[in-house]
Amino acid sequence: MLILAFRRFLSMALIMVIVSFTLFAIFESDKLSVAGKVLGPYSNTEQRELWLDQNGYNEPFLERYVTWVGNALTGDFGYSIQYKSPVADVLWPRLGNTAILAGLYMLFMIPLSLTLGVIAGMKEGSIQDRVVSVGSVLTTSVPEFASATFFSAIFVFWLGWLPGTSAMTSGFSWAEIFLPVFVLVMYGFGYTTRMTRASMAEVMTSHYIRTAVLKGIPYRRVIMKHALRNALIAPFTVIILQLNWLLSGVIVVEVFFAYKGFGKLLLDAALFGDIFVIEACTLVAVFVAVFSQFISDIGYTLLNPRIRFT
Amino acid sequence: MTAEIQSNDTSPSAMSKFFKSVGLLRESPIAIFGLSLILFWVILAILAPILPLYDPNAPLEPFKMPLSDARDGGLYWLGTDHKGRDILSRVIFGAQQVLIWATTATAVAYIVGMLMGVVAGYLGGWWDEVISFISNVLLSFPVIVLYIIIITYLGATGFNIVLAVTFASAPGIMRIVRGLVLDLRTRDYIFAAQTRGESAMYIMLVELLPNARGPLIVDACLRLGYTTITIAMLGYLGLGLPPPDPDWGKMIAETQPLGSFAGHMAIVPAAAISSLVLGFNLLADGLREISMKD
Repeated sequence: MLILAFRRFLSMALIMVIVSFTLFAIFESDKLSVAGKVLGPYSNTEQRELWLDQNGYNEPFLERYVTWVGNALTGDFGYSIQYKSPVADVLWPRLGNTAILAGLYMLFMIPLSLTLGVIAGMKEGSIQDRVVSVGSVLTTSVPEFASATFFSAIFVFWLGWLPGTSAMTSGFSWAEIFLPVFVLVMYGFGYTTRMTRASMAEVMTSHYIRTAVLKGIPYRRVIMKHALRNALIAPFTVIILQLNWLLSGVIVVEVFFAYKGFGKLLLDAALFGDIFVIEACTLVAVFVAVFSQFISDIGYTLLNPRIRFT
Repeated sequence: MTAEIQSNDTSPSAMSKFFKSVGLLRESPIAIFGLSLILFWVILAILAPILPLYDPNAPLEPFKMPLSDARDGGLYWLGTDHKGRDILSRVIFGAQQVLIWATTATAVAYIVGMLMGVVAGYLGGWWDEVISFISNVLLSFPVIVLYIIIITYLGATGFNIVLAVTFASAPGIMRIVRGLVLDLRTRDYIFAAQTRGESAMYIMLVELLPNARGPLIVDACLRLGYTTITIAMLGYLGLGLPPPDPDWGKMIAETQPLGSFAGHMAIVPAAAISSLVLGFNLLADGLREISMKD
């Protein structure tokens, strides 16, 4: 187990090195354009050269990369041009806000999709299976920016129950976070539901379930004790890997509802050309993605009773 | 000689196979419904230039509600937007844009992904190591980060969107194809082809890929739906095709602040995207169901 974890960890570290190197090469190999972005379009070449010299940009490329990685590891991501403050000061609060959003999403999405998936997969082809399957195709076909449009038309403009923006200017508000989470859950639950359903349906056709049923064990007990453990292994990995594309939904929702989160920070930085913020956000996003893959791999081997480490 | 006989043999059967698979669609009402939704938009998009529509970019009369009379005696079926442009016309021309770019991007991603997958699966060894590693690195990026980097670095043009979709989707396609090829390469007809002395290129393109098509068709439908979402999402986020041509996502972004009194401006394009994606997803679902029956 430890050896496996170590090997996974090594491959994770390798991927992070390659990704960070690629990012650095894309964004910072052209030194003059970096200086141009920092000093603004009205700076002349002389000023840019001076800035490059003062900030150590005339060192060899590899040396700059190592310094850059070292700074990033100690939490120093440089200086934001747009916000006129260190990137870290902007980044961490935003990341915290997005963590709240993602955490609430997981809190509602996981029980909902596991329950629906298990109910549907218990009996393939039954009415409840049909309803859940069609329902999940329907909701996964409506992307976040479309469902956000529909739901705010209903709940904000027609019924007037909820606020249309979630800027949280006067502190955290449940009314403001409701629609962003709701929109994310509506689009996201379908995929995990379908995975759970497929996994459950497969387990239900296996021999050991048939044996359990034929032994006369009550149906409830067969489901709860025998089927669930195996059926939930696949959804577990899917849920963790969802973090990878949850970010697209998070960006859309944060833009739609003007929620001050990580996704909006990344998008604004990209549209503004705030180079050090883009680098920091990208590194964080890739790190979360790679780390979630690591957790998913380890978790899968721990959960799967067919793999034993002695 | 043998190749000639083979092609004469297979072409009529390929034709009848095609009609048979179209006939098979009747078994799944879900697939039929999905296909009709897609065809609805495809036909509108093709007919767009000859339909009696207003110019999608012409400023006519702003803030007209649906079904209101136009100054020139016509009718704004779906109203006009804040700049006075006819929404019906913009939705239909937007369908043209999204269908063209989604299909192109998915097709290019498929060509690249299939080639990578078949090479990795059939040639194995170093090829497999290198291609799988590149795919793993690309798959470790959250897709949206990949899009943002490529589009902000290279600019928002149709070509760059195709490029970004290819980068994001080809590794996933490669994994599916590689898995299928690893299974197929041990079949007898591959050994037969190897014994005949066919080149690796011939075996990969003529023997392996066509036989892997079943699961790929279902996956392609799903990916078309997902690429449609992606293109509209990029438009929504301001990373899409340059103005003024209508883009469903941008239509939502532009008119979203006006939701309190002119909700139709954003609801119409949102409904359009949802129905097209639903079409792709239902067709994929129906096709999967049909393929499971065999």
